[in-house]
Amino acid sequence: MQVALSNYLVVAGLLMVIGVFGIFMNRKNIIVIMMSIELILLAANINFIAFSGALHDMVGQVFTMFVLTVAAAESAIGLAIVVIYSRNRGSIEVEDVTLMKG
Amino acid sequence: MSLLLSTLLPELLLGLGGMALLMFGVLSKTNQFIICSLAAVALLAITGVFILLAPAGSVFDGLLTTTNFTRYADLLVLLGSAAALILSLDYNQREDIARFEFPVLVVLAVLGMIVMISASDMMTLYLGFELQSLALYICAAFARDSLRSTEAGLKYFVLGALASGLLIYGISLVYGFAGTTNFVALAHLFDGSQPAGYGTVIGIVFVLVGIAFKISAAPFHMWTPDVYEGSPTPVTALFGTAPKVAAMALLLSVMVGPFGHLLSQWQMLIEILSIISMALGALAAIGQTNIKRLMAYSSIGHMGYALIGLAAGTLAGIQATLIYLAIYVVMSFGVFACIIAMRRKGRAVETIADLAGLSTQNPGYALALAVLLWSMAGIPPLSGFFGKLYVFSAAINAGLDVLAVVGVLTSVVAAFYYLRVIKVMYFDAGSPDFDKSASGVRLVMMVGALATILFVFMPGPLVSAAAAAARALMG
Repeated sequence: MQVALSNYLVVAGLLMVIGVFGIFMNRKNIIVIMMSIELILLAANINFIAFSGALHDMVGQVFTMFVLTVAAAESAIGLAIVVIYSRNRGSIEVEDVTLMKG
Repeated sequence: MSLLLSTLLPELLLGLGGMALLMFGVLSKTNQFIICSLAAVALLAITGVFILLAPAGSVFDGLLTTTNFTRYADLLVLLGSAAALILSLDYNQREDIARFEFPVLVVLAVLGMIVMISASDMMTLYLGFELQSLALYICAAFARDSLRSTEAGLKYFVLGALASGLLIYGISLVYGFAGTTNFVALAHLFDGSQPAGYGTVIGIVFVLVGIAFKISAAPFHMWTPDVYEGSPTPVTALFGTAPKVAAMALLLSVMVGPFGHLLSQWQMLIEILSIISMALGALAAIGQTNIKRLMAYSSIGHMGYALIGLAAGTLAGIQATLIYLAIYVVMSFGVFACIIAMRRKGRAVETIADLAGLSTQNPGYALALAVLLWSMAGIPPLSGFFGKLYVFSAAINAGLDVLAVVGVLTSVVAAFYYLRVIKVMYFDAGSPDFDKSASGVRLVMMVGALATILFVFMPGPLVSAAAAAARALMG
């Protein structure tokens, strides 16, 4: 059975929306935010792969490789920042990240 | 030497130089902060020379392109980051964060910025954008034992990662609906004969939003005040100059390059961003007491003014934006040098009230800060006035009278809070008793103030360089 391009795009769009909502609606934990960021990047990856197949063009797949690499670096740095933050603050609750306001 | 090597030389130099500094720092027994910082400044200066020498051209099948436009923006980035490094020399030692990783991170961030300025393909754009962002996330959290700095790093990371997520999603849509990621091919595709389809337009909007986060144009500015306030001040000075120029240059090259003929489809968005940024920059800063936070709102407002030139979409508009950026960078590092000089009994103080009585105790310092703030408010004959003059006249010539009117009104409102700082320095009683600042800080302060004053006598070189850059961009 052939899966149409539009189906891939809908899945990717949903993942993107879930990711954005995960960042803004989340009131619990910073790790959840990092998972949401990964979701957004993966949504873009699904788009690239689907388009790459539909266009018969390799650029999309090459791009996906780069995005995966960057995502790995990004989560490494993000986790490092969360670690030093939790060492200073003693918590990684989103509601506690409110030292500066206004 | 082949075209490939000579065009790439600045990027190669920065990449290899950054690695060499990293190895040197890791392998030496003691902390080599000073040597690494000075070497990094020298590296940036040498790179600047090679950028001027690099022949114009495009390498790697059109992945990276060097033109007069990229040279102009590269030099501004180098200037801003070199100033930030000089400011960090003294500050990081006094704050006990003098670690050699700092200059290495700055060099890598500059490499990212230069790659994204020269990018002529979505792939290099994304990689440069990420290299810059990843290095800057760490810089924001560099004072790792300070709660405020780590919180700033965390906020910058979350919102920056969201921005790059939106950017890459937008790029994927543009790729899918246009079939290519190359700027030249995209420009051929969108030659203005027919409007772009919905898929492409949504992609362009996502790309625009991702970049707008980086230039902190309202309504995508929410990270800016917190990150400016929490980060160590030299890092704030860096954020206020180099990445802003790089992201604005990227916005110019993306909107004018591949999507230039779609002006009528994106012009409205840029106008809205510009108006909201100018208004927010003027109004939200009024109630601030922390001077770093004040500068954050001020930078949001300045980005609004710079966007006016892009919204005009004409050659004169692009030139005006480029002139505005150059003037903004110089004023900005001058002001941050003044903020770094605010230390009492070995501790940094950051509120505006701490400046009370500065004019009697340290007249030179007070005068430098006053000149820079007057210039930011746009008072003639200082350079900030001419920056605003160029963007407003470009807007009026392009028929965007609304933008010019809003711009003038908001700069009147913004003048209030700049002049309030001057009033505190000159007319409020108090004794700041600031510690003696290092010579590097005074040097940066003086260069910023003098350039601001003297611009009126020598506007020619900057204006003609910006004109050449704008012509290279518009083709």
